[in-house]
Amino acid sequence: MLTAEEITEIDHEIALVPLRRAACIEALKIVQQHRGWISDESLRAIADYMQMSPEELDSVATFYNLVFRKPVGRNIILLCDSITCYVMGYDKLYEHLRGKLQISFGETTADGRFTLLPNACLGTCDHAPALMVNNELYRNVTRDDLDGILDGYK
Amino acid sequence: METPLTQHISSSRPPLNLRDYEQVGGYQALRKVLKSMNPSEVTKTVQESDLKGRGGAGFNTGMKWSFVPMNDGETTKYLIANADEMEPGTFKDRLLLEGNPHQLIEGMIISAFAIQANISYIFLRWAYKKAARLVRHAMDEAYAAGYLGRNILNSGYNLEMYLHTGVGRYICGEETALLNALEGKRATPRTKPPFPQVSGLFGKPTIVNNVETLCNIPHIVNNGADWFKALSPGSDAGTKLYGVSGRVNNPGLWELPMGTTMRELIEERAGGMKEGYQFRGALPGGASTDFLVEQHFDIKMDYKSVAAAGSRLGTGTMIVLDDRTCPVGFVHNLEHFFAQESCGWCTPCREGLPWTEKILLSLEKGQGRPEDLKLLAIHTQFLGPGNTFCALAPGAMEPLQSALKYFREDFERHINEKKCPWVNNHGTH
Amino acid sequence: MAHINIDKTSYEAKEGKNLLETCLTLGFNLPYFCWHPAMGSVGACRQCAVKVFKDENDTQGRLVMSCMESVRDNMFLSVDDPVAKAFRSQNIEWLMTNHPHDCAVCDEGGSCHLQDMTVMTGHAYRRFEFKKRTYKNQYLGPFVNHEMNRCIQCYRCVRFYKDYAGGKDLDVFGAHNHVYFGRESDGVLENEFSGNLAEICPTGVFTDKTLKDHYTRKWDMTMAPSICQHCSVGCNIIAGERYGKLRQITSRFNSEVNGYFICDRGRFGYEFVNGITRVQQPVIRGAMVGGDEKRNLYDNLKTFFENLDIIGIGSPRASLEANFALRQLVGEEHFYQGISENQAGLLRILLATLNSGKVHTPSIKEIEQADAVLILGEDPTNAAPRIALALRQAVRRKPLEHAQNIKIPAWHDAALREFIQEEKGDMFIAFPVEIKLDELSSDTFFGSPDEIARFGFAIASYLNEEVVSPDGLDEATEKRAFAIAAILKNAEHPLIISGTSLGHEGIVKAACNIALAIGVQKEIGSLSLIVPECNSMGLAMMQAPALDKAFEAVQQGGVGAAIILENDLYQRAEKTDVDHFFETCRHVMVLDHLHHATTSQASLLIPVSTFAEGDGTMVSHEGRAQRFFQVFMPKNENIRESWLWLDEFRQFKNGVDPQELNEPGNLIEELVRVIPQFKGAETVSPPSDFRINGQRIPREPHRYSGRTAMLANIAVSEPKPSQDDDSPLSFTMEGYRGIPPAPLIPFFWAPGWNSVQSINKYQIEVGGPLHGGDPGRRLFIEGEMSRIDFWKMPVSQFLAESGETEIIPLTHIFGSEALSVYSAAVAERAPSPYVLISEKDAEKFDVAEHALLRLRIQTQCFDLPVKIKKELRPGLAAIPFNLPSMAGIGWPAKGILSKIEP
Ligand SMILES: Cc1cc2nc3c(=O)[nH]c(=O)nc-3n(C[C@H](O)[C@H](O)[C@H](O)COP(=O)(O)O)c2cc1C
Ligand code: SF4
Ligand code: FES
Repeated sequence: MLTAEEITEIDHEIALVPLRRAACIEALKIVQQHRGWISDESLRAIADYMQMSPEELDSVATFYNLVFRKPVGRNIILLCDSITCYVMGYDKLYEHLRGKLQISFGETTADGRFTLLPNACLGTCDHAPALMVNNELYRNVTRDDLDGILDGYK
Repeated sequence: METPLTQHISSSRPPLNLRDYEQVGGYQALRKVLKSMNPSEVTKTVQESDLKGRGGAGFNTGMKWSFVPMNDGETTKYLIANADEMEPGTFKDRLLLEGNPHQLIEGMIISAFAIQANISYIFLRWAYKKAARLVRHAMDEAYAAGYLGRNILNSGYNLEMYLHTGVGRYICGEETALLNALEGKRATPRTKPPFPQVSGLFGKPTIVNNVETLCNIPHIVNNGADWFKALSPGSDAGTKLYGVSGRVNNPGLWELPMGTTMRELIEERAGGMKEGYQFRGALPGGASTDFLVEQHFDIKMDYKSVAAAGSRLGTGTMIVLDDRTCPVGFVHNLEHFFAQESCGWCTPCREGLPWTEKILLSLEKGQGRPEDLKLLAIHTQFLGPGNTFCALAPGAMEPLQSALKYFREDFERHINEKKCPWVNNHGTH
Repeated sequence: MAHINIDKTSYEAKEGKNLLETCLTLGFNLPYFCWHPAMGSVGACRQCAVKVFKDENDTQGRLVMSCMESVRDNMFLSVDDPVAKAFRSQNIEWLMTNHPHDCAVCDEGGSCHLQDMTVMTGHAYRRFEFKKRTYKNQYLGPFVNHEMNRCIQCYRCVRFYKDYAGGKDLDVFGAHNHVYFGRESDGVLENEFSGNLAEICPTGVFTDKTLKDHYTRKWDMTMAPSICQHCSVGCNIIAGERYGKLRQITSRFNSEVNGYFICDRGRFGYEFVNGITRVQQPVIRGAMVGGDEKRNLYDNLKTFFENLDIIGIGSPRASLEANFALRQLVGEEHFYQGISENQAGLLRILLATLNSGKVHTPSIKEIEQADAVLILGEDPTNAAPRIALALRQAVRRKPLEHAQNIKIPAWHDAALREFIQEEKGDMFIAFPVEIKLDELSSDTFFGSPDEIARFGFAIASYLNEEVVSPDGLDEATEKRAFAIAAILKNAEHPLIISGTSLGHEGIVKAACNIALAIGVQKEIGSLSLIVPECNSMGLAMMQAPALDKAFEAVQQGGVGAAIILENDLYQRAEKTDVDHFFETCRHVMVLDHLHHATTSQASLLIPVSTFAEGDGTMVSHEGRAQRFFQVFMPKNENIRESWLWLDEFRQFKNGVDPQELNEPGNLIEELVRVIPQFKGAETVSPPSDFRINGQRIPREPHRYSGRTAMLANIAVSEPKPSQDDDSPLSFTMEGYRGIPPAPLIPFFWAPGWNSVQSINKYQIEVGGPLHGGDPGRRLFIEGEMSRIDFWKMPVSQFLAESGETEIIPLTHIFGSEALSVYSAAVAERAPSPYVLISEKDAEKFDVAEHALLRLRIQTQCFDLPVKIKKELRPGLAAIPFNLPSMAGIGWPAKGILSKIEP
């Protein structure tokens, strides 16, 4: 079931496009915004609302890497693993995060506080290595910065 | 030296708001167009300015617009700003989006007018959160001031503008895949022809242009085609946002005349290599361009000259490979990216890229065999332009094929020594 | 015509045609995966690469995907170019990197396009030495098996299932080299055409699950050209047997009829042939007459035929030959159609209209070309599924025309779909409840059958003033009727679809009137009428009285005995009427292949062959006479074609000694002499003595194995192969290896092309008619008609007495057809009994969804779970038609609904 709030937001997106289903990615984003991820139940509820089959919607949802079809932690760390960050040593940051959080890429900490994901180039290569936590971008990150950054997220 | 695109951008203060922008001449170009030009005159001016698309392919922008059917007043048409910037090593559109969103919006309105589109989209990548905020704010201002919406500045011309933020995938930047993404579909590319100019978003005539391309438009309208051509001493018109990243002293982004040399970029602007690092090569325009090496330092960074040197200007943002980074690991990182970002539609890309990635990884691990180099070469040959459905896979092969050319001994050393010679310096595998 | 140059040889080709198709038509062995002749090109697999040169001096050339190019005059290309060949081979190597190489245990093995293409390109040694990715398979229901690891990601399955057949529950998931084709979660594939996935998929991902239960390789099957028995469309099929079991049904290409596709009822409904309910031996009053006690049988027949005035009751599911042989045996005046008067009456109206010369009944291919469609009181998806699939293509026709303005070639599926998006041509539907095709319709009229009829008459009256417009329509309905009439009038190829499913005279007459009115306006109107069974049209053309008349005759006395041909009367009439008939008529001979309620009433039961064990001719809804051929010898020699028995009985009755009975002459020729309307039926296939270079056409592929060993457990000496006196086909692998005349194609095979894709080689032009023309002969002749007689609106069929409800029969693709439900897989998909009522009636009866309502219908009584339909008119109720558990209802029917007090 979608909440009234979700429906209002989705309706707004539907009104902007010529075909209802064209708003389906927006609908996924809206629900993910509210619920953190898209469970099978959420997926079916959205599909129903968008007048699509679950297959049609999941086909779209699974194509995009930032539609989370598995549960994620409260905070998402996106560590850039693309070329400049590679050159500038993102692996040191990864090593540190792995040690500190006891998770690898694709995993969530046992307390549900962080999910760690690799991310393609964040478009800030002149300040590599970089990472994002939720909506915040961190640049020229060193190993020493990491603890301080993570402390800001509960 | 004129820097029209970035003259009002400063890292030390927020972007110009509408009033500030208007004070420095903002929206004058739009007023001029709406008052005194018809759509075909705008297109003609842009075509004459020789502005080439800054999204990578370098096609004449005005010419592209001219393929949009103009006689049929009834048809919905679309203009889209491609702000998906996800090519590794590329960070130029972010500056324009965060630094001066009104410039983009003005450019879009003029461009939309030129093709008589009534709906426009900014397709912005998900990670650009700050840009999203700033652009949305600027759009609100523009709507409020009557630059967007119905009957813009009493000209009778209408334009709606929407901001669409993506949910990942590099392929969304490919203009036809982008259309599918906007339609709420899987972002697999479409075939051309038919070109988006005749059958694009929702099957309607559509123009997709890069952010940097569109930001040039107000300046061309204001100052004329000749002015634009004169900005650059070389064969390509205008200025370009050039960037350098990697182990240089001063990585960054600069607006310079088209055709600035690689030497100037690396040695002067980027301040040369960092202490203790040697230059080995660079991808001149993002991850999907061929390596250039020291012998190319004096070539002009314009479309023609870079192509003559065996690479592509691409996005104009350069990634430097230094001597303490393993070229095989470097290329492996790129192919990992491309394999993962393949949309999965056509066979060579979907199956070929993971294969190259796996071979490169096994080389890095010291498990490579001599025949692997041949297999890599076969891939670079058969994943070439035309063989795959879109340009992703051919782009992916460019750094690999040039690495095999310029750094062949490094590949061979991996095989002969059964280990990565850099492994102790740089542990990433 | 364009001149093109391929590998330095010059050819003629059609300008603008697809290049891959052209190369295949010219006989080149060019590999492909994602392209399909019925679905066009999308350029995904990159397998069909050729080199194209700028001109004859260009030595460099460039690789292009031939499926994405149009033929241009003066084109230079090379299929054999070393780079092109190397690329194609490399492409297969890529496709095979993750393939499990499990051909030995794969159902597709031996008829696998991927195998064929791999061999064709010469890829033999894999150089990929990393781990393969693996997938989990899904449960997809009783029809289709799923084995995802074999997938080569050609995207054909989703393109067929979603884009072509309108399915919603199969899709592609994920991205890059991890794309998955299946459902969102395990579950039954719902689309009525899911079985085509087995033929569409070029490898073994989607395979026929019913075949799996008694698996045989294609090359080990004995096969024959056949006709589907499960609806009136008459799709062409190939039926394959081994060890006396029918193993598989596949589509047999016919460009006019089914094209490449058949529905799931046709594909999976064959199991009745193998069923335990088969009649194996003659039965005389409960006692089996086994083996060759023919004497004994004829002794009994003697007393049977001593009866005077024997009546014959024919069957719409028996062949023309069988019905005709019965008619000849009992005499014209004693021959009855084994269908209700209601159905027979409707068929008379249809035939009169179709024979009027003013209407044309379109082939499936022509249906696909319609640009405005009106469906009046039918549900094609359930009653004649292949027509529904054609209608899905028809609604794209109009938008496709616009695509021509921007020069998108007709073969370019991807570009066309992106261009036309969800735009649709005009389709209108009138039906009592929502049907599946509603998702395509621009306007659906929900009403009672009477209202639908009046709506139809209103449309007809707008098209031609001579049609009396019905009164009492409200303004809104008038408006809708007018709007539809206007669109039909302005369309280039308007099409009316109706049929007998609702059993309503007014509906059928209205549909005929609309088509006639269009016929007057445009020379010819297009009318496609769905009739219930595979030979309903053929039987109707014999113009015999209906079953009710047979009952009356028996009632009036004087009828000594009855012969019932392949018919369960309990599915035709009210139970008490049938019971009464059997009580009155003591001597009843039944010929059938299955035991059912009627056979249990027989004093003489004669086993007959099914379509798979015999030859015969049938007439489809389109008036197309088509012939099916025996696939294999029945279990024992007493199982014979009905017509063979009946003709012998005729001889015997005329005094021929049972030892001296002759094979019948050509019954179809006799039929044509006696009833000239059948003229043409005698030409639908070459005669039985037809030979090519003195050779028969083999039913078995030349790789057929085990002939000498397969019966060694019974006798070590190899039995003499069975002889076929009735057709030019042989029961062995010996015979003519080339391409036989189209009506005689037992299977598709060509050197290097073991899969069904070899159809390309059998067509004059890829996707077009078979060499020598598609099989079948249309029997309706169109021509000038002197005067149009429009049908008059009949008085309302349903006159309710108080407390009564009009009961509407709803046809179900799975469940309503008598033979296919014997297949376990089909039975699994059949609905359980239900009664549909309106919201208002639900309130009236104070019942909620799923609650039970009692339906008294005639003398029977059913307790049925309720389904509530918003759109259904109050006072109407609908029940599923002809479910095995709900037989014995005479239609049209009314009933009394009551709440079951707890
Ligand atoms: C795989 C791939 C990714 C691309 N990504 C981008 C991108 O992020 N931004 C962009 O402007 N162009 C991108 N392009 C180029 C676009 O397809 C298109 O050419 C461009 O947006 C046109 O704009 P322009 O004419 O102004 O250069 C990409 C192309 C490919 C093949
Ligand atoms: S080259 Fe093919 S698979 Fe790769 S991204 Fe392009 S279309 Fe998709
Ligand atoms: S058949 Fe041509 S690309 Fe697949």
